[in-house]
Amino acid sequence: MNRFDYVRAGGLNEAVREGAADNVRYLAGGTNLIDLMKENVERPTRLVDINRLPLSAIEELDGGGLRLGALATNADTAWDDRVAKRYPLLASAILAGASPQLRNAATNGGNLNQRTRCYYFYDTATPCNKREPGSGCGAIGGVNRIHAILGASDQCIATHPSDMCVALAALGASVRVDGPDGARAIPFADYHRLPGDEPWRDNNLQPGELVTAIDLPAEDFSTHYTYLKLRDRLSYAFALVSVAVALRIEGGTIADARIAVGGVAHKPWRVPTAESILHGEAPGQNAFLAAAHAVLEGAVGQGENDFKIPLARKAIVRALRQAADATPQSQTDKRVA
Amino acid sequence: MDQAEGALAPRTATEAIGTIPVSLRINGRDRRLDIEPWTTLLDLLREGERLTGTKKGCDHGQCGACTVLIDGKRMNSCLKLAVTLDGAEITTIEGLASEGELHPLQQAFIDHDAFQCGYCTPGQICSAQGLISEGKAHSREDVRELMSGNICRCGAYPNIVDAVCEVLAKGAKA
Repeated sequence: MNRFDYVRAGGLNEAVREGAADNVRYLAGGTNLIDLMKENVERPTRLVDINRLPLSAIEELDGGGLRLGALATNADTAWDDRVAKRYPLLASAILAGASPQLRNAATNGGNLNQRTRCYYFYDTATPCNKREPGSGCGAIGGVNRIHAILGASDQCIATHPSDMCVALAALGASVRVDGPDGARAIPFADYHRLPGDEPWRDNNLQPGELVTAIDLPAEDFSTHYTYLKLRDRLSYAFALVSVAVALRIEGGTIADARIAVGGVAHKPWRVPTAESILHGEAPGQNAFLAAAHAVLEGAVGQGENDFKIPLARKAIVRALRQAADATPQSQTDKRVA
Repeated sequence: MDQAEGALAPRTATEAIGTIPVSLRINGRDRRLDIEPWTTLLDLLREGERLTGTKKGCDHGQCGACTVLIDGKRMNSCLKLAVTLDGAEITTIEGLASEGELHPLQQAFIDHDAFQCGYCTPGQICSAQGLISEGKAHSREDVRELMSGNICRCGAYPNIVDAVCEVLAKGAKA
């Protein structure tokens, strides 16, 4: 780990002022940043410790939503009674990720801002346009079993590793940030970026901007939902493919449908036109298949990850059925029903 | 260590260059320490405090061997910078037994032959104590899932789960 200065921020204004400087990183739970620093992937000259900022509350929002503080831990969020009862999709996705120890340390803001687990990003002996712009992409034509099938570019085929974010995308959350130019809210779909020709930019935060909270909308999809995560071992592994589905079913037909897919792109993947295929339809295999095909339109394999295309298609159909039947995937008993 | 010209010392905590004063309560003992900011809690415990019961396995938060309790919650000590923990209470494997009596989890691990090489055991036991405090495990399947952050390369998992389940069933206090 390189040497760095350490500042413990006493207030939000102070933190944001410190955070705007070059090569400064905010430190919250540290579960990803400290690891990346040990690997010399991140080499900040200063850490701004934000753990003392008053951003760990989970609060009711006017109009029925819930505000998740950026510094609330993943564990405290998933086990919060309001989250567990009203947003079981989110609780389920959080509990599908990492380990209990990591969830006790990792924060909600940090979950959004964690970096890809692409092997080449972590290995400083190899090229990576995300880690070192212009150096190339080792994964294209390389070892790429875990990589993207959607939205990739010729510079980067990394995926976003979060489970929580897949559920937040499906729920239509909003990310509240504060920064040198003031506070703003970013719709979840606009928070993370596709790699394009700037793969080093994971999200649309501006320099110094800090996530302060995640707002959940009032509509909680607490009846028809599921988070289905498929991976190489049943616990404590990143998703090869994961699917968050939220449905509103009225009078036997689908009134609203959300399908977000993880493990397949540089951000949680949603296709509104695919979701609208389901609107007004009765839940059923043909409608589910049509939606799944539409979600995966344009999917391209990289060789070792070609299997993700049929896997994702089948996972979407299965997740839609689980949600429609109100039989969400258990994160303890991993059998997929 | 060299400080770059013009580099700023930490402002809110100290004027000292290089180290930062931190108060920790480690296994019931109050400690005032001057810590370099890049020191992980794991290295502080092992190298500074000579509490070598907490093990360094992967040093990347993947194996769980370094699990300790921070303010009663289990975390990977390899991924925590000690300077961020000012005021915290740390419990390691050395702090679980009391007055010469093994902690119920320690006794259960012996009774169930829940370790072979023993390297993961301190982390397993601290993790199990965290699991019991959390109160979310109600079945053997729950225990398996909620102990998944602790890897045992000897493969003692069935016996580890037996040991944890026994203590859970006895309603051991957090």
